[in-house]
Amino acid sequence: MRGWLNKQRNLLDFSLSSLSRRRGKTLGMLAVYTAIVFLLASVMLFSHAIRREAATVLAKSPEVLVQRMVAGRHDLIPARHLDAIKGIRGVQSAEGRLWGYLFDPAAAANYTLMVPTNPRIEPGKVVIGDGVVRVRSADPGDLMSFRAHDGSLVQFKVESAISRDSALVSTDLFLVAEEDFRRLFGIAPGLFTDLAISVRNPREVTKIAEKIDAALPDTRIILRDEILRTYESVFDWREGMLLVLLAGSILAFAIFSWEKASGLSAEERREIGILKAVGWETGDVIRLKMLEGLVVSLSAFLVGYLLAYAHVFHFGAGLFEPVLKGWAVLYPKYKLAPFVDELQVATLFFFTVFPYTIATVVPIWRAAIVDPDTVMR
Amino acid sequence: MLFQPAIIALLLASLVGTLMVAASVPFAVRVMRRWDTASGSEAQLEMEKRTYLVSTLLVVVLLSELASLILFVFNADRMSSLFVGAMCAVGTLNVNDFGFPTLYLRIAVFFAASAWLVLNHVDSRGFDYPLVRVKYGALMALAPLMAAAAGVQLAYFLGLRADVIASCCSTLFSGATQVTSDKLAAIAPEASLAGLAVALILVMAAGRRALATGKGAVAYAVLSLVAFVVAMEAVVAAISVYVYELPHHHCPFCILKGEYGHVGYALYLPLFAAAVLGVGGGIAQPAASLASLAEAAPRIMRRCVGSSMAGFALFGAVALWLIVRSHLILIEPERLLSILGGQP
Repeated sequence: MRGWLNKQRNLLDFSLSSLSRRRGKTLGMLAVYTAIVFLLASVMLFSHAIRREAATVLAKSPEVLVQRMVAGRHDLIPARHLDAIKGIRGVQSAEGRLWGYLFDPAAAANYTLMVPTNPRIEPGKVVIGDGVVRVRSADPGDLMSFRAHDGSLVQFKVESAISRDSALVSTDLFLVAEEDFRRLFGIAPGLFTDLAISVRNPREVTKIAEKIDAALPDTRIILRDEILRTYESVFDWREGMLLVLLAGSILAFAIFSWEKASGLSAEERREIGILKAVGWETGDVIRLKMLEGLVVSLSAFLVGYLLAYAHVFHFGAGLFEPVLKGWAVLYPKYKLAPFVDELQVATLFFFTVFPYTIATVVPIWRAAIVDPDTVMR
Repeated sequence: MLFQPAIIALLLASLVGTLMVAASVPFAVRVMRRWDTASGSEAQLEMEKRTYLVSTLLVVVLLSELASLILFVFNADRMSSLFVGAMCAVGTLNVNDFGFPTLYLRIAVFFAASAWLVLNHVDSRGFDYPLVRVKYGALMALAPLMAAAAGVQLAYFLGLRADVIASCCSTLFSGATQVTSDKLAAIAPEASLAGLAVALILVMAAGRRALATGKGAVAYAVLSLVAFVVAMEAVVAAISVYVYELPHHHCPFCILKGEYGHVGYALYLPLFAAAVLGVGGGIAQPAASLASLAEAAPRIMRRCVGSSMAGFALFGAVALWLIVRSHLILIEPERLLSILGGQP
């Protein structure tokens, strides 16, 4: 064991010194390799972090949502549906929600209006999200007015702004009182946008959904798990798409490494010739060259991954943001929570180190089988 | 479903691997027909040089194959959130008919590939390519197996549809459905643990004999495969139950999850390594009859058997630790005493 370790150490020592003798070539290879790892790792880190963010946000949402459908379109739901739902065993609580969108011509942006039930907001007051503060440069105490459905003006006094910590969900929020909401959109009392139902036992959720569906055939039922699954699929799909687009660059990289590994200088050929002349076997030369490749691979992987980490979590992933998260006028400004996933690192390893290794095997072999007398002559 | 990074990586790895192995098959045929170390012809020299390429390529490919088995299971577990009803890898693998066959084929490829790597290693110790025909014959057998695994895996991934309702491991391993694993779970925990203990003792005895006399490594290889099967069965029937501390939850995959501290890896990695190394010892021993390997083959056999025994011992220790630290009492002390012949 000791002897084996010493042999590997000497081999590693030799390969490091031979890499440093060809500094230019090694550094060039390392730069390209690092760039590839950086690109792919950025995509993966970003999409994983945003997926987690979505999951954390949704963890607090109600288990079941019930929306009324009229002619295939979402419609207002009457409050009497609530009684039918509350009668189902296993339903912990059910309440009507009021929410909608409001277009603000002054900012050319859509706000999300909501009526919070806990704590309630006093009529005439509004609590706004960070994005709304930004586009309207509104401070607490300022007045904002909008045209209601019948043309009359509805005025709000800004009470406070929501902190930026929850920007991902609250950036375009506009929280108002129930009376104001109904006046703004002309929604009669007794009607809600949809119903939120919470269920104590998660294993009963599907059964309760079935019962609601049987009792209220004109409704559509949305489960939280379904939303989560959809998000997961969408982000996976986007990430996969981007990786497939980047497959061209992986291929180019494989060709590049093949080129680099096969373009042996006369010096290198002589070196291998001498090694074989002093008694190295073909297998030893291959091992040496593979070890060189391993050193380059692991350094590039480490550096590339660290750069990608800094790019995504400290510099907001400027390169891929528009593709991966979509676009809106009032886009939230937020910092993603750093998160490294084992599966993701393993996958990335397969995408980069595996093609590189495969691409360099043949050139390495070509170099290793040269006859000493032909190169030294 | 193909646009999933881990799936793309797995498909890429198995595609490249299969292509590489398939591309070596014509060369293997040439070696089988024309190999002759006594000849100094150009063709023979060329073939001798070529063997280095094929060996190196296959070492890379087969190592990636071993790594992708772990990635496959890990990914199956992770994807369970995408399927209705799936709660761990069992659900994901059950989404269509190709899931479990993919896993079994991958495990078969894992064993075959490791056996080939041992063969290759033994062969490289002899100066006159002593096992070259055996090696390339084995390669020709390995190629279709790898192609089958890659094909079934592709079918599995192509057939993954998120709207299919999968069954969770609790219905599969403890419900009324008739699958092999269900029968495994039906074995009494006492019997399975006793079987495991007997198998491990036998393996250790055979290993000691092989180490001391240098003979019986083939028997050890067979025994280690048997112990592998018995151990897997004990994991389903008893050990996993101790981990979950739920008498009716028999799942060999949930123990890989983070909720249980990934203890599954501590069980499976030594177990798989031990079984594979045991088989490797059985491969190395017969090679000792060849003149050029008379010295190297027994050494490799001893190293394989020794590490294999260490692997089984580690598996046994981890299993024992899991049982001791568990709060679940699956076998009552009185019954244990009566089994052992003591007074209750």
